[in-house]
Amino acid sequence: MTDTAAAPVVKVQSPFRRFASEFFESWIARVALLTLLTIIFLALAAPWITPQNPYDLGQVDVLDGRLPPGEEAFAGYTMWLGSDGAGRDLYSAILYGLRISLAVGVASGGIALVIGSLIGLFAAYAGGRVETLIMRLVDLQLSFPAALTALILVAILGKGIDKIIIALVLVQWAYYARTVRGSALVERRKEYIEAATCLGLSHGRIVMRHIMPNCLAPLIVVGTVQTAHAIALEATLSFLGVGLPQTEPSLGVLIANGYEYMLSGRYWISVFPGLALLLTIVSINLVGDRLRDVLNPRLSR
Amino acid sequence: MTATLSVTGLHTHFFTRAGVVKAVDGVDFDVAPGEVMGLVGESGSGKSITGFSIMGLIDEPGKIVSGSIRLKGEELVGASEEAMRALRGNRVAMIFQDPMMTLNPVLRVDTQMVEAIRAHEKVSKRDALARSRDALGMVGIPAPEERLRAYPHQLSGGMRQRVAIAIAFLNEPDLIIADEPTTALDVTIQSQIIHEAQSLCKRTGTALIWITHDLAVVAGIADRIAVMYAGRIVEAGGIDAVIDTPLHPYTVGLLGSVPTSNRRGERLTQIPGMPPNVLNLPEGCTFRERCPRATAECRHEPAITEPRAGQAVRCFHPHGGGA
Repeated sequence: MTDTAAAPVVKVQSPFRRFASEFFESWIARVALLTLLTIIFLALAAPWITPQNPYDLGQVDVLDGRLPPGEEAFAGYTMWLGSDGAGRDLYSAILYGLRISLAVGVASGGIALVIGSLIGLFAAYAGGRVETLIMRLVDLQLSFPAALTALILVAILGKGIDKIIIALVLVQWAYYARTVRGSALVERRKEYIEAATCLGLSHGRIVMRHIMPNCLAPLIVVGTVQTAHAIALEATLSFLGVGLPQTEPSLGVLIANGYEYMLSGRYWISVFPGLALLLTIVSINLVGDRLRDVLNPRLSR
Repeated sequence: MTATLSVTGLHTHFFTRAGVVKAVDGVDFDVAPGEVMGLVGESGSGKSITGFSIMGLIDEPGKIVSGSIRLKGEELVGASEEAMRALRGNRVAMIFQDPMMTLNPVLRVDTQMVEAIRAHEKVSKRDALARSRDALGMVGIPAPEERLRAYPHQLSGGMRQRVAIAIAFLNEPDLIIADEPTTALDVTIQSQIIHEAQSLCKRTGTALIWITHDLAVVAGIADRIAVMYAGRIVEAGGIDAVIDTPLHPYTVGLLGSVPTSNRRGERLTQIPGMPPNVLNLPEGCTFRERCPRATAECRHEPAITEPRAGQAVRCFHPHGGGA
């Protein structure tokens, strides 16, 4: 073996290390990720770092209603971001609202991702009429505005966090299906899939072990962007009054509650939850953009 | 000795919108255990389709129209998809041209090897790993333990092709079909791989079909050679006989177009014209329009004759045999 000495295993960074170092090259990505992590931490830690549980009616005092930022509540603590019409401390309500928003976004995004990519993989692998049928269904789904479809679905299903998640999944699966089918079609034509077929592997194994992992990169990008989209959509539905109930205000509900006070100068009730929503969505989108840049082989150096 | 593989009268046609493409149009050959058969021809001559027909991997709109493919006596034409899958990778394995493409980029070498074993046999992961390590050692990969944990992109092209060969030999198949496996490699690596594959076949009794357009490679590895032209075998025989005293004008032309050092400075001969349009093959001998020896007789289908023992040709006017 003459080539053995000349061909040692090339020592390379582990794929994750390389990915991480490339990701953090951009300061925007660093800031966005830090913001996102802070938001997630605040949302998770809400019960321990907020002075009030806005869902516990016993802790909410109507006499504290519409206090401007910095005023002291009846219970003694300072309401740094003011309070809404019902007397909820906005700081507490925003963090609790973030919990709901993130949970809805992640849950609906995750479920839609799993269902959508399974459907997309199946379509790409099955081919023929099955594929045509599924993809026309996807086209049909995507031709309706997402907000409209979700609105109709929620109107049919009724209120509640589980109904919202179902509606968002039904709206979003098509994006994942289309993305996965696109890259699965490309992967399916590659020689290693033919080689796997020549090894006599089962169809399920070829799809799940060989095609699916090679479609992950675009899926991750679409996943982050669609999660942000789901959060915005949930806020929209709640703002329109068909989302979450008043007793469990999400960010959208808070914005809607403050909307009627905007013209009377009590800006804080709408603006602060709005800013929290904006920050969340922008940071997720920026992280998603950076992921797309790093994971796109055409842009890599 | 009974043949490992015997192909008789194989016709694989593709029913396209433009017409019927007779990619393989009447191919017969046998391969004995431990024998290496070179299948040579230009692109589009049907050599790869012959390989895929044996694997049972002819996709729509292609179809094996007639003929028989027997692996150790067992008929493969018309076998169920289930039966073919049990066969693939187990009794018939395949090695592809581009080692950069045939290993899954996101799975480690050990994962892919263990998977190939466990698709056909109930063995523990540990045993499968041990067998994979041995197989890597067999194809001359140093430090196989380390290479097992590598991802394909961490290995060189030659190394990857060795892995592909090791995977093909993993389940000790009766037959391996190698589709231009050294075309993408350096000549030095090429000769090592050829040597490795040849000695493995002799040792394990595996029959090997080596598909290539490179006569030099075939001369180095094959025991026998079959030359394909437009979906048919035009000449077949022992490697030395065919290379030294070719009978068919096409084989003569192929050999004449290979530059060699002892004809330095001379003009290389070429085969005039282009391979025929597969949609519209000429009547009779498909080579006659490019053939310097063609006569009116060639408008009829030439039969297979054996002017010399063990060297068959499909021609009315073979070289060396009068005419």
